[in-house]
Parts: sequence; C-alpha cells; structure tokens
Amino acid sequence: MIHVDKLTKFYGSFCAVDQIDLDVSRGEITGLLGPNGAGKTTTLRMLTGYLVPTSGSIRIKDLSLGDEALAVKRLIGYLPESAPLYHNILVYDYLDYIARIRGLDGRQKIGRIHELVDICGLSGIMHKNIGELSKGLKQRVGLAHAMMGDPEILVLDEPTSGLDPNQIVEIRDIIRAFGREKTIILSTHILSEAEATCDRIVIIDKGRIVADGSTESLKQGAGGERTIHLTLLNADFDAANRALGALDGVSRVEQMDTPDSGELRLKIFAGGPDRLRERIYACVKQTDWVMVEFTQEAKSLEKIFRDLTREV
Amino acid sequence: MTRTFQIFKKELRDYFVSPIAYIVICIFLLITGWFFFSTFFIFNQANLRTFFTLLPLTFSFVIPAITMRLFAEELHSGSYEMLLTLPVRLSDIVLGKFLAGAAFAAIMLVPTLVYALSISFIGDLDWGPVAGGYIGAVLLGAAYSAVGVFASSLTKNQIVAFITGMVICFALTLFDKVVFFFPPQVVDVFTHIAAGYHFENISKGILDTRDVLYFASVIFAFLYGAHLVMQEKR
Repeated sequence: MIHVDKLTKFYGSFCAVDQIDLDVSRGEITGLLGPNGAGKTTTLRMLTGYLVPTSGSIRIKDLSLGDEALAVKRLIGYLPESAPLYHNILVYDYLDYIARIRGLDGRQKIGRIHELVDICGLSGIMHKNIGELSKGLKQRVGLAHAMMGDPEILVLDEPTSGLDPNQIVEIRDIIRAFGREKTIILSTHILSEAEATCDRIVIIDKGRIVADGSTESLKQGAGGERTIHLTLLNADFDAANRALGALDGVSRVEQMDTPDSGELRLKIFAGGPDRLRERIYACVKQTDWVMVEFTQEAKSLEKIFRDLTREV
Repeated sequence: MTRTFQIFKKELRDYFVSPIAYIVICIFLLITGWFFFSTFFIFNQANLRTFFTLLPLTFSFVIPAITMRLFAEELHSGSYEMLLTLPVRLSDIVLGKFLAGAAFAAIMLVPTLVYALSISFIGDLDWGPVAGGYIGAVLLGAAYSAVGVFASSLTKNQIVAFITGMVICFALTLFDKVVFFFPPQVVDVFTHIAAGYHFENISKGILDTRDVLYFASVIFAFLYGAHLVMQEKR
C-alpha cells in the first residue's frame, strides 16, 4: 500500500529524517513512536505531500507522490497535530467546503456529511463556529475533515494529544472503527496509546527507524532475556533452586524478599526456548509445593522505548 | 478549475463574515469620497478625474490590507497544512486566493459608482473616461492584489505582509513621479514599469493593449513569485 524508500529530509544542514525505509500493507494500523523531535511529524508531512523530501521516494498504491501528487492526495486523509482548522467558519460550512474540494456534490455530498456526523459524533455542533469548540470537538471535526473523501489511507499526527481521558477513548474508538478496513498511520509519543491502538509499531529516533514490529514481537524480541515470577508455598529456596535451575533454558534463579507468610518468591531468568513455562509447571507439579503466583514479566514498551531512544 | 473556484468562494466569503471587509470598505469610501468631493465644486467640472488620479495611492494601502491575511494567516495558524494536503495544486491555491482579493477590490469599487451617477444628474458627464477609469481600476486592483498575495506568502506575520505589500504598491504607483532627476533614458524605463502611468492611460478612456498587457504581466509575475515562494517552503 505504502512503500517508502530511503526517505530523507534536511532542514538546512539539520537532518530531520535519515534514510527511512518503510512498507505498510493494507488494513494495518501503524504507530510511529518516538521522542519529541525524532522526525515523526516530518515523515508524516512528507507522506501526505506537504513537504517535499530532500531525497528518497514515496509510492502509494504504485503511484509516485512526486509525479502524481493529486491522485495520491485523493487517496490520503490527513489530520495534522492539534487540528489547525479555520476558526471563523461554521462546522457545517467547513465540511461542505472540504467535500466540494474533494469533488463531492449534491446528494453524494450531503450523504457523506451525514455519515461523518454519525461516525465522529458531530450532530450537536454543526451550527457552531469552529473557533468556539473545545479541543476534543475540534479534533473530531479534524477527523471528519480527514475522512471526508473516504480515503484508503488515514494519516494522523498525534491524534489524542492534549485531550482528556474520555475524549482519548472516543477518538481511539473512531480510529479503531475506521481501521478495520482502511490503512492508518498515526504518530504518538504516548506508549500506551500505541499499544492500545496499533497493530504495528515503528520506533523512530533522531530520524532513523530503531525498531519495527508488532507490539508482541517488540516486547519479546528486544533484549532476549525474559523474567518469570514464581511464588511457592511449602518450599525452601535451596531445593527450588536445584530443581528449577536444572531446567533447560533457565540461566539463574533468584530469591526475592520473603514476607512472613511463608511464601517463597522466586525470580527466574531465562533466555532459552519458548516452552519453558510448561516445563516449570511440570517440575513444580512433581513436588508438593503449592504454586500461588506464576507470571512472565513482559518487557514493557516503556522500557524498550527508553532503551532504544536513550541519549548515549 | 472547480478547486480554484471553491477556494475563491471560501476566501471571498471569509471577507464578508468578518468585520474586516466592512471596515476596509468604509475607510476606502471615506478617503476617496473626501478627496474627491472636497475639490469637486472648486474645479466645477463634471468628471471623475480627481477620483481616478488618487485611486492608485488609495489602493496602495487599502489592497495590501485586504490581501495581507491570504497566506500569512494560514501559515500562522497551520491550517495551510490541511489545505495543501487536500487534493489541490499549489497553483489552485494561489489563483483562488488572488481571485478573491481581486474580486474584493472590484466589489469595493461598486459603491463609488454613486459618484458617477450623482454627477451625471448635475452635469454633463462623459461616460467614456468613466468606463475606462473603472476598467483601469479593476485591472489596477487585480495587479495590486497579486502584489499583496506575493507579500502575504513571504511571512507568517500579517503586519509584515501588509507593510511589504504597501511598499511594493507605493513603489509601483510612484515610480514615474519620483525619477524626474534621472537621465531621460532611465526615466523612460521607470515610467513604463510604473503602474500609475499605465493606469492614467486607461483612465483617460484609451484602452491600449500595451497597458492591459502591462497589468497582466504584473499579475503573472507576482503570482508566479508567490508560487515559487510557497514551493520553496516545502
């Protein structure tokens, strides 16, 4: 759907985006993640044709953004950060204007505006001036703007920044509903946001892609070592250490502070094969220990993010 | 073409939903009306010559005030990003905004037709120069709008856009009047690039293709300039 090849953008001598390669397939919700100033917005602006890349190419559905800009722009709906809409125009008039520019007219136009009013929840504010709307409502009008042409690709720059938790959930639901059939690229620096909305996460730092994959594969892939928490009753550390330490794939067993309740809390470090948890369970089953807690600590996205984007 | 028309329509409507349009039109009518009628009965001639002589000067600061927001406001608020990523060409945007400015200038002239009408009741008005004058005024308004669009594309700050536009318009108006101490050849060149000179020709009632071509060239040059500036910003 989207094919980006060695995309580079210089502002003067400052390199904002450095040779990014990216392929996005149809129906994927991709999250661009990165600290402020990493090049997320610049990348999105180039994808939508607002900025011209210094070098590299963007192809969307086999159309080159350089040569067939108009055709490509028809396929894309874009919502820039904090929805910079005109402020001296009524919501209805604005949507009407966007529909006409997108080539809709008459019955078709009215139909599309009605659909968007339902999807984005605009029914109560159509007669209001955009300048008087709250941030969350503005963002919804912005979403309607982006979705007007029924685009195949939706590009959203920090769609939930600055919104309150309820508004975030609303916007997220709209995005998710839309993303069932369409391709969405969104940028954010809020990790839980990316985790909640995206199928795939691309982490950008200093203009380069430093990680790319599904949320799951990022969590497991990065670092390699996993930690398993195990809490046992009726067990002593020496015996447990001996039994569990002998398992294939376990590199180390550590005892954590033991509360008076008689629980033995262990931390098992493992780097090895996948089915380790099954074997730990089988091992415990052979004894008369009682298993009260057994969890695998997923490396959190926060940690991956910090590891990858920390200043060296 | 439809895209240009939609942008034109939106920009023109923007003028009239805010008070700016009415304020500017009032100021324009007050100034032209005052300068025209304060000497009208002294000269005691049934023509609009004083009105048209002063028009280039009045336009030089009124039109940049109209056009200053066209790009500067959008660049400042960021809405330009939303506009440019719609399926429109940059040329559609430049042209639509220019046409809105030029149309506003033409609309601003409509109330002044009252001057011509009222004079025709009290004296024997020669409609030839009046028609020429209005054609010239529309062309002049369009040319200065193009200058204003160019000035507005240079900056995010509307005041800077206004002053830049005003300086260029004043220069175009006054070129032929301030160079009398230069050698004759130079004066000739400056006279021909001055908008004031060409406007005077038309407002005498002589519609010469050279003068029309001059205004068309000014419009094209400044719109092309604005296009280049906006292209460079990407």
